[in-house]
Amino acid sequence: MKINRIIKTIFMTDFISGLNLAIKKMFEPKKTINYPFEKGKISPRFRGEHALRRYPNGEERCIACKLCEAVCPAQAITIDSSLQDDGSRKTTRYDIDMLKCIYCGLCEESCPVDAIVQGPNFEFATETREELYYNKKKLLENGDKWETVLAENLKADAPFK
Amino acid sequence: MTYLNTFFTEIYKIIFLLLPVLVSVSLIVWLDRRIWAFVQKRKGPNVVGPFGLLQTLADALKYMFKEIIIPSSANKIIFVLAPIVTLTLSLIAWAVIPFSSELVLANINVGILYLFAISSLSVYGIIMGGWASNSKYPFLGAIRSAAQMISYEVSIGIIIVNVLLCVGSLNLNEIVLAQQNVWFIFPLFPMFIIFFISSLAETNRPPFDLPEAESELVAGYQTEYSGMMYAMFWLGEYANILLLCALGSILFLGGWLSPVNLYPFDVLPGAFWMIFKIIMLFILISLVKAIVPRYRFDQLMKLGWKIFLPLSLFWVVLTASFLFYLDMLPGTGS
Repeated sequence: MKINRIIKTIFMTDFISGLNLAIKKMFEPKKTINYPFEKGKISPRFRGEHALRRYPNGEERCIACKLCEAVCPAQAITIDSSLQDDGSRKTTRYDIDMLKCIYCGLCEESCPVDAIVQGPNFEFATETREELYYNKKKLLENGDKWETVLAENLKADAPFK
Repeated sequence: MTYLNTFFTEIYKIIFLLLPVLVSVSLIVWLDRRIWAFVQKRKGPNVVGPFGLLQTLADALKYMFKEIIIPSSANKIIFVLAPIVTLTLSLIAWAVIPFSSELVLANINVGILYLFAISSLSVYGIIMGGWASNSKYPFLGAIRSAAQMISYEVSIGIIIVNVLLCVGSLNLNEIVLAQQNVWFIFPLFPMFIIFFISSLAETNRPPFDLPEAESELVAGYQTEYSGMMYAMFWLGEYANILLLCALGSILFLGGWLSPVNLYPFDVLPGAFWMIFKIIMLFILISLVKAIVPRYRFDQLMKLGWKIFLPLSLFWVVLTASFLFYLDMLPGTGS
């Protein structure tokens, strides 16, 4: 055993096998992706930027039940509501402080009408703090912008809910 | 007038040598990062310029625009002088490196001695940097580096003696020409291995990167440096690595000689073979960086003083007696 070790040290067999492995690995395909130009696959459950969805007829889904506001552990959501002319209850204010948000996904989970969802977008960095205080208008815009993807993701995840 | 003429000719020659060296240093940094990344199945720098070749240039540009911060408790003169010394020493050594029988700035007859002296001096840049920073990590890094470079220089010196015994001249061109029949890597193979490992230690490359071991000493002697001063350290370091690759190819791989004296090989100019051999040695060095863990400091010292030094001394005796008994000792007139 000891002599074996000495022979190994003198002829640097460990080093040579390591070198061999390194050269082999050099020519294998790379794991890195060129990020801004190509993006990795993300799960339908991915919890990214928030969005408020609408029904296909354009009506807001949110019924101002304030479950999301109550469940939010970071207390990032602020909701005000009022009765509409048609007797339905709708939000007048729906703010999310994206700087407080911890992206836990509880709002999405608590929503009974799938109104507030977290989409696949994670590239919403801004240059000022103020831009990250999302209001209702911004969230609805997000919903309109990502609706196709959001619907698809909800459908893909539905069997597991 | 003739004085001015000579002056400008020399300046022209020096610029003609230094510019390619600096450019190749920047390319070699790219190559190093790229090889390291490839072994780890990453892509490495590949955005700036074709294949990311201009990455180092972009980095250097960034360093130029950064603020140079001098710690208030530092010894300012020595602190500023240290990177200058490092870079200058690693660049002036290139004066004697022959790229072909004529392509050498100063074909002095003690070339190898000059090289050895310069590389011994290069430890001063690091000690000055570490001491003048007046801070813990740089100081520890500098102490380690000094101990390491001095120990391994001893064995490098004795390995050079081995080669000189076979050549009988200190002129680098003659060392190259003495390898026309057989490269010294074949008769002196163990010495080549020891030279290679010692040159890793000499240039503070992994697995001997203790002076800048980032998990222990932040960045060693470079910790307090920023901006262009850091970049100068970094340029000097890579120029030193290239220099030792060049020295290795001159001493053991036949310098600018082509591997075989046959038609397709011998038409290529000597400079091509020299650069080719330097790059091959450098690729080996950067592969080593990718595969080995760092040595402990006592292991490093043990390897240097208890294994390499006796072994290379023994080999000197072996080479000398071999040459003496076969009456092949050069310069004895036989």
